[in-house]
Amino acid sequence: MGNKDVIYGINGPVVTVKNTRSFSMMEMVYVGHSRLVGEVIGITEDFTTIQVYEETTGLKPLEPIIGMGSPMTVTLGPGIINNIFDGIQRPLKAIEEKSGDFIARGSSVDSLDETKTWDVTITVEVGQELSPGTCYAECPETSIVKHRCMIPPNLSGTVEKIAENGQHKVNDTIIVLKDKKGIEHKLSLFQKWPIRIPRPVKKRLPASIPLITGQRVIDTLFPLAKGGAAAVPGGFGTGKTMTQHQLAKWCDADIIVYVGCGERGNEMSQVLSEFSELIDPKSNKPMTERTVLIANTSNMPVAAREASIYTGITLAEYYRDMGYHVAIMADSTSRWAEALREISGRLEEMPAEEGFPAYLPSRLSEFYERAGLTENINNTKGSVTIIGAVSPQGADFSEPVTQNTKRFTRCFWALDKSLAYERHYSAINWVTSYSEYFTDLDPWFIENLGEEFIRYRKEIIAILHEENKLMEIVKLIGSDVLPDDQKLIIETARVIRVGFLQQNAFHADDTFVPLKKQKLMMKVILHLYKRTKQLVTAAIPIARISEKGLFDKLTKMKYDVPNNKLELFDNYINEIDKVFDSIVASH
Amino acid sequence: MIIDYIGVKEISGSLIVIDDVEGASFEEVVEIRLENGETRQGRIVQIEGKRIVVQVFEGTRGIALNNTRTRLKGHSMEMPLSPEILGRVFDGAGRPMDGLGDIFPQKRLDINGTPINPVSREYPRNYINTGISSIDVLTTLIRGQKLPIFSGSGMKHNELAVQIARQAKISGNKKDKFAIVFAAMGVKNDVAEYFKKSFEDAGVLGRVVMFLNLSNDPVIERILTPRCALTTAEYLAFELGMHILVIMTDMTSYAEALREFSSSKGEIPGRKGYPGYLYSDLASLYERAGMIKGKSGSVTQIPILTMPNDDITHPVPDLTGYITEGQIVLGRDLEGSGIYPPVSILPSLSRLMKDGIGTGYTREDHGALANQLFASYAKVMDARSLASVIGEEELSPSAKRIIEFGKAFESKFINQGANEDRTIIQSLDLGWQLLSYLPREELDRVDDSVLDKYYREQKNKNNEEKC
Repeated sequence: MGNKDVIYGINGPVVTVKNTRSFSMMEMVYVGHSRLVGEVIGITEDFTTIQVYEETTGLKPLEPIIGMGSPMTVTLGPGIINNIFDGIQRPLKAIEEKSGDFIARGSSVDSLDETKTWDVTITVEVGQELSPGTCYAECPETSIVKHRCMIPPNLSGTVEKIAENGQHKVNDTIIVLKDKKGIEHKLSLFQKWPIRIPRPVKKRLPASIPLITGQRVIDTLFPLAKGGAAAVPGGFGTGKTMTQHQLAKWCDADIIVYVGCGERGNEMSQVLSEFSELIDPKSNKPMTERTVLIANTSNMPVAAREASIYTGITLAEYYRDMGYHVAIMADSTSRWAEALREISGRLEEMPAEEGFPAYLPSRLSEFYERAGLTENINNTKGSVTIIGAVSPQGADFSEPVTQNTKRFTRCFWALDKSLAYERHYSAINWVTSYSEYFTDLDPWFIENLGEEFIRYRKEIIAILHEENKLMEIVKLIGSDVLPDDQKLIIETARVIRVGFLQQNAFHADDTFVPLKKQKLMMKVILHLYKRTKQLVTAAIPIARISEKGLFDKLTKMKYDVPNNKLELFDNYINEIDKVFDSIVASH
Repeated sequence: MIIDYIGVKEISGSLIVIDDVEGASFEEVVEIRLENGETRQGRIVQIEGKRIVVQVFEGTRGIALNNTRTRLKGHSMEMPLSPEILGRVFDGAGRPMDGLGDIFPQKRLDINGTPINPVSREYPRNYINTGISSIDVLTTLIRGQKLPIFSGSGMKHNELAVQIARQAKISGNKKDKFAIVFAAMGVKNDVAEYFKKSFEDAGVLGRVVMFLNLSNDPVIERILTPRCALTTAEYLAFELGMHILVIMTDMTSYAEALREFSSSKGEIPGRKGYPGYLYSDLASLYERAGMIKGKSGSVTQIPILTMPNDDITHPVPDLTGYITEGQIVLGRDLEGSGIYPPVSILPSLSRLMKDGIGTGYTREDHGALANQLFASYAKVMDARSLASVIGEEELSPSAKRIIEFGKAFESKFINQGANEDRTIIQSLDLGWQLLSYLPREELDRVDDSVLDKYYREQKNKNNEEKC
């Protein structure tokens, strides 16, 4: 430590130090006089390589480099929710106060506001034995999130001293803990955790509860489990970000971590303004009260983009340990993979597929494996669900990031360009997408919605697949020449596509649809299908039925039936029966 | 103390390597003097101890190992700025080339800029009326947006850009100051002349700042051109409170310059030989569009790029599409059938449109109408491909109506004169007029209440056509 380490070489975000032994792998360092944040990513006898999380313009050789002695960490404590951070957990609002509308380099700001006081209730007593993960203090972080301060996972011992209940800052000592060796540890409201190491859990539980999103195509056809991982691949303009926004707004997780990784600045400002206006239907509080945003836009330094994903997932794990269900949206993991590629290129590593480093798959699997429904070390139950957007180059799903992501996620919501061109949103293609959670989640659906929900879903999927096959013929010869039973499939599939799968995010009722309504919609559509099928088999021409306008009527029922008046669906069933009885009578 | 370093160690492509340099900083500007008195500019792109690698903007022709004197300038690339730059013409590296002398700067700004803090950004909502139906109704341009034109060689992208620049009226305060920053990268001299003349004809030349790196200018300088232009735009917008429209053409040439530089530096290439950081690099340009809370100005970008071989999956359009907020795609089939502007509707998109249209901005039916036009036009494509197999005569009556709608949509709605300036209301009404070709049941993207108000089915359209 005695001899000063100085910069030797600079190449973009990569800085090298010559002849030093003072750094360890993944250690966090301050680079140069302006104290830019960096991380050690390579060590040889001659050179230590550092990636810098900020622009390196203006750096000079011989400027000092100071090691922090610890790996890249985040600060975990109250004040995370309802905040917006950059990729290395610096609050952007504090940076704005400090350096104005443009982000200056070397802005050192505290991750959590150290001046703010929190209304702390201490939940342990002097003399109590505490194991790792035990909650020792609570405070309301926002109006809907109760923050629980937990003993760090690597610590246990006896409580020596406790502070008074009441107003405390994050740095105040709340309890003093004496471990087995007799060393006293002062615990405040926050703890630090290295971002690249998963926080430990007691055990992982099999997925059994769905993440309810209110999006019909997802909840019904391709459900995601709490603690699961989903990939949303799609070319530009297919609605990845819209899908992510919809999920962040409406899914039934307790906490949302939204990572804008290398995406557009205007999108982040849209999330900021929209989420503060939107009211969460469950709690009647603004959406921001349960959301934390990590914004590393595409023009912010590339190395911090690589870190932002890890920062996000570590925050998510921390809240999971408190017993919350957390959903993390990563938009987009391709940008993160490209950041890996860029750094790897600067290190002159041997590239594998398309210039991506050979360790891309292992990094992706490490990330997605941090999702899970878990029993935590303090015996609470929580989950981290990952929804990762993938932006394949040239919308070609065979590229390495999409292919490798597919291996490690069990839900695949493929966004389709031609659907997006028709402005059919969500543009999730029902033929190429899949969910492997059906068998895990079916017991839940049967218990909560009845066995018929599963049956309806199967029938809907069958009709859509049948239509897909027929469409190949239709493309060649037109639909007019098809026999009536096949015309019926095409007509019903149209109703399903337009009336059910297509969902309007800007319509007050249609933007979030409760599962019960989804089920009833399927019921009505299938009822019409079955009644028509009976008549078609009795050789009554389908044109006589479609002229009644029932098919068109069903395509609009998503708008016509408000979410709180589900009894109106009975009218549809009755009307269908009436019309059909009259057709049969007149025949 | 100013030190001249004599001679260079190595020359490769546009790069020179100099040894034993003290106190160089990353991205610092250097001045290189040749024996014949010529000076060139360069930028430090890599430092290894006392060895520096310098990128020479004007190229290394004539440089030998021992005939140069290099001097460090002590700062990174800067652009001198003052309100007087309006109406001036600069070369690709930001030096005046109109013979009107140097700029007396009020301010010098680093051309690389710094990222706008996402929390300081104002979410763009005010639409720009371009007077072009296909853009106003279907891919609405919003103040502070970056909306590129994806084109191909030989298509009318320049005409479209000029028409937008000429007709762009920003809704809201009419007294807002408006100016254009034009950056040409690797375009032909006549194209630059065309833009210049068009601005002159429109009487706006005094409000235009031009940066010209033409196709015979040094390639590496092209990397600076958009940065100089955007620094100027940011200065005019955020310091002087003006609304700036930045037109950058042609981004493909820019990316090629970047590729050339990258390969001479010996970097590992990504797709099609472009460097792995092409996305980050393009983002550092495009993300400089936007609005800032509490400031009245805005930067709106219309980059133009020609897709090599009309391939939208080529890395340059592909990565651009991932960064920008939508795209206007020009189609060769429309161009071929004489339609101007040849905007290919289906792949075109404006991401910011949804929040800048409708009640209070344009008209309440705008969103639904646009959706319906998209959906119906998508059906036209299906019907046409069916017709090409079985013949138009064999189509069902409803498919025939769709084809008819498609023809009218292209010839009346998309097609308009290069000087024709339609108001948004005219364009919307035209859209409804065309939808009337289709039966009401087929309009499944529109609420009944909107249909009641605007939709009038044509009962006797054959008679009407005769009239």
